[in-house]
Amino acid sequence: MPRSARSATLRDAVGLGVAVGLYGAAFGAAADAAGLNVWQAMTLSLVMFTGASQFALVGVLGAGGSALAAVGSALLLGTRNTVYGVRLVPLLKPQGLRRFGTAHWVIDETTALSLAAPDRGLARLAFLAGGASIYLLWNLTTVAGAVGAAALSGPALAALDAVVPAAFLALLWPRLRKGFPEAAVQRRVALGGAVVALALTPIVPAGVQVIAAVVAVALAGRPRAREEAA
Amino acid sequence: MSGTLLWATVVAGALGCYLLKLAGLSVPAAWVEQPWVARLVDFVPAALLGALVAVQGLTSGHDLVVDGRLVGLGVAAVALALRAPFIVVLLLAGAAGALVEILTG
Repeated sequence: MPRSARSATLRDAVGLGVAVGLYGAAFGAAADAAGLNVWQAMTLSLVMFTGASQFALVGVLGAGGSALAAVGSALLLGTRNTVYGVRLVPLLKPQGLRRFGTAHWVIDETTALSLAAPDRGLARLAFLAGGASIYLLWNLTTVAGAVGAAALSGPALAALDAVVPAAFLALLWPRLRKGFPEAAVQRRVALGGAVVALALTPIVPAGVQVIAAVVAVALAGRPRAREEAA
Repeated sequence: MSGTLLWATVVAGALGCYLLKLAGLSVPAAWVEQPWVARLVDFVPAALLGALVAVQGLTSGHDLVVDGRLVGLGVAAVALALRAPFIVVLLLAGAAGALVEILTG
């Protein structure tokens, strides 16, 4: 493969790793705010390694939710990685034991990098380079965020309280933006989820309203015809 | 929540999410590529993240609460609309939350 294509792929992969790594600090801080210790925050970043699910788990715990509600919302958000895996199999063709390692790095960013690569060889390179840089930085910044947040007090704690909902908004935002497939429908579903959650907050056990908000997916309506699905 | 239960939550969530990833590389594509399944998976993140924004920004326990977090969300929304980098969005939201705390606390 041409050297320029290789270096462009590597540059994109590492650049995305650095950008995503910053989310890691926010996650570490959110985990600390929710009452997790540094080891628990690290375990999530090392083993779970999928940002939205990690934020959801600590978000639900932070809101006083049960273990079941926290795990449930993390798993619901994790289902999209299953779909990503299906899309990546033809590109990466992971064989035997390598499948177990490859699976660990199947996330939004590595999927986007691999699918955008011009050929299979570069797709593998993008997956590996992106996965490695994101994994390394995500875990380093998780520790920094968790340790840093544990030292906060007074107005700095109020700042952290305001950062957590803003981090969820930042995770949601790209789906609502023009250019994302069916952005208008995504907006309707997101607003529906917010309304359902707020309406249920006074009456259901903490955390359950987040899981119950999946009913808002019904606002998306029926699947489109097959040719539009791609 | 006890320390043991918290650890169990962390480990169960982490292993469950890993198994969901592994399933994608292991099950026949046709199982996952049903139009209804694809539709659900496409929209679950929007519903849950919308709910989490609302719960994290506007509630405390069983109560609806308006405080610096909502101001921070507003500031974050403006920054995101202006395509500010992620770190700038979070710093602005945090600064807004801290300012409200100082002014009202």
